[in-house]
Amino acid sequence: MSDLLYDDVEMPRKIRGRSLWDDARRRLMRNPAAVVSLYVVAILVLAAIFGPILWIYKIDEIFRDRVAIAPTLDHMHLLGTDTEGRDIVARMLFGLRISLLVGVAATIVALSIGVAYGAIAGFFGGVVDEVMMRFVDVLYAIPFIFFVIVLMTLIDTPDPFFKLMLIFMAIGAVEWLTMARIVRGQTIALRHKEFVEAARASGAKPLEIVFRHIVPNVLGPVVVYATLNIPVIILSESFLSFIGLGVQEPLTSLGRLISDGSGQMINAPWMLVTPAVTMLITLLAFNFLGDGLRDALDPKDR
Amino acid sequence: MLVQALRRLLVAIPTILAIIVACFLLMHAAPGGPFTSQRQVPEVIEKRLEQHYGLDLPIAEQIVRYVGGLAHGDLGPSMKYRDKTVLQIIEEGAPTSAILGVGAMVLALLVGGGLGIVAAFRQNRTLDYAVMAMAIIGVCLPALVVGPLLQMLLGVELHWLPSGGLFRDEFALRYLVLPVLTLSLPLIAVVSRLMRASMIEALRSNAIRTARAKGLPEWQVIIRHALPIALLPIVSYAGPALAGVMSGSFVIETVYQLPGIGKQFVLAAQQRDYTLVMGVVLIYSFLIILFNLGSDIMYRVLDPRTRST
Repeated sequence: MSDLLYDDVEMPRKIRGRSLWDDARRRLMRNPAAVVSLYVVAILVLAAIFGPILWIYKIDEIFRDRVAIAPTLDHMHLLGTDTEGRDIVARMLFGLRISLLVGVAATIVALSIGVAYGAIAGFFGGVVDEVMMRFVDVLYAIPFIFFVIVLMTLIDTPDPFFKLMLIFMAIGAVEWLTMARIVRGQTIALRHKEFVEAARASGAKPLEIVFRHIVPNVLGPVVVYATLNIPVIILSESFLSFIGLGVQEPLTSLGRLISDGSGQMINAPWMLVTPAVTMLITLLAFNFLGDGLRDALDPKDR
Repeated sequence: MLVQALRRLLVAIPTILAIIVACFLLMHAAPGGPFTSQRQVPEVIEKRLEQHYGLDLPIAEQIVRYVGGLAHGDLGPSMKYRDKTVLQIIEEGAPTSAILGVGAMVLALLVGGGLGIVAAFRQNRTLDYAVMAMAIIGVCLPALVVGPLLQMLLGVELHWLPSGGLFRDEFALRYLVLPVLTLSLPLIAVVSRLMRASMIEALRSNAIRTARAKGLPEWQVIIRHALPIALLPIVSYAGPALAGVMSGSFVIETVYQLPGIGKQFVLAAQQRDYTLVMGVVLIYSFLIILFNLGSDIMYRVLDPRTRST
């Protein structure tokens, strides 16, 4: 820190304004847990994208003579095979890919609905706000799982990829409620600020103000919530898989691998341990990253 | 305060009506019904069945009939369990779910609250980091991993506790230990994080500085002054969370083979047992509204700033 100051004195031309985001990045980089999680998330994402392509086995490759063998160097089954004779590394990498995809895609769905809804309710206030938020309250009182089951049966399709799309649409369609509440609160705090008045004075239309001026300013808490929401969605997907509504074969997800593995806990424990540990690492990384982001973006908390 | 509480309960009536309408619309939006998915029955019989349960009427009329029944405390007959009413099914399952939920919440408040306070007093030291790391891991461990693991370790390997079932021969606390523990782990994690944050904030407040300046002994400052303020966020969290855990957990009830309403609910939703789904949703939303009210009342009792003089 001291030589930074010294540098500034030596070369005053280098002085540059620091934006809120610059500050936040600086604080984030000083938080060891967050930096480590950032690397872990990067590795996980790379593994999810390239792992299934690069690994020597495919997820649906079956070896009838190598059923449920423990982790071994023979034939490179580093984490063993499952009760069908499929390589666990391959299945784990693919499951990670689907779980991350569901987590990110459902978060994007939740964000898009929640931010727009919350910002509009908060900005217009009055009756609009009242009606919109009562609607949210009613949806809140309906159990998550019922909502998802109905949405899943609403469009019944045999196509596994389409089904996957449905899963994150369904989860996202439930998760936007909290997002809407957060954004609404932030918007109410912002709507009488000077820059909004300025925009109004320069003739911006209300919706233009909402999306061009309010939304960019509430992104801080939104980003934090989104990061913390990804693990929640991955958990929800694992729950859906557990009750048989999640990802269908030949696709798989971490949740599905865990629920398959928990049935084989006694005779093939590695079938449970691998996806469970992968899931734990994924969730921990996103949680620490989200916490780090929150601390970085909210200086009040420090 | 009593008047306010009554007013809140009155406002709850339209909310519950809105929930009923929303649920009906959702359920009937999906194609098929309770009698189409099962083994092929002749169309005539299917029509008769639908007629018997009033499913051939327009939705608006069905809703009116349902609400009419509800006013008499009648939740209707189950569409899958032919010889039982929804009320009977819920009466069988609800006590188990309620005991588990309350047990898990009490455990979470005691353990999580305690850990959070300890962490707050050791802020940024090893113990604090240890508690917070445990809290994050607690949130991240899904019940469908923890459940089977505890079951295998304490039930099958060590034979300390029964690995499943409830009220099998007699009511015994030891049947509850594992499920309550599994259910409360994520709650403990959340409560300890909330408690730590709010305790740190409370200890920095002017009220605490005043209490210390008066020369009160430290334990009295903590118990009488810091704790009530610090408990506020926990109170607002615990209300809805308690409603959530009390209305049953599918995973816990499946893993430990318990007869709760969580499993019944998921099965009913999958099989389109309209009346049973509606019954459980109603109980859940009723609990949410009730506990939210309870939270608010507790809030007023605890928070010196909202206390009316």
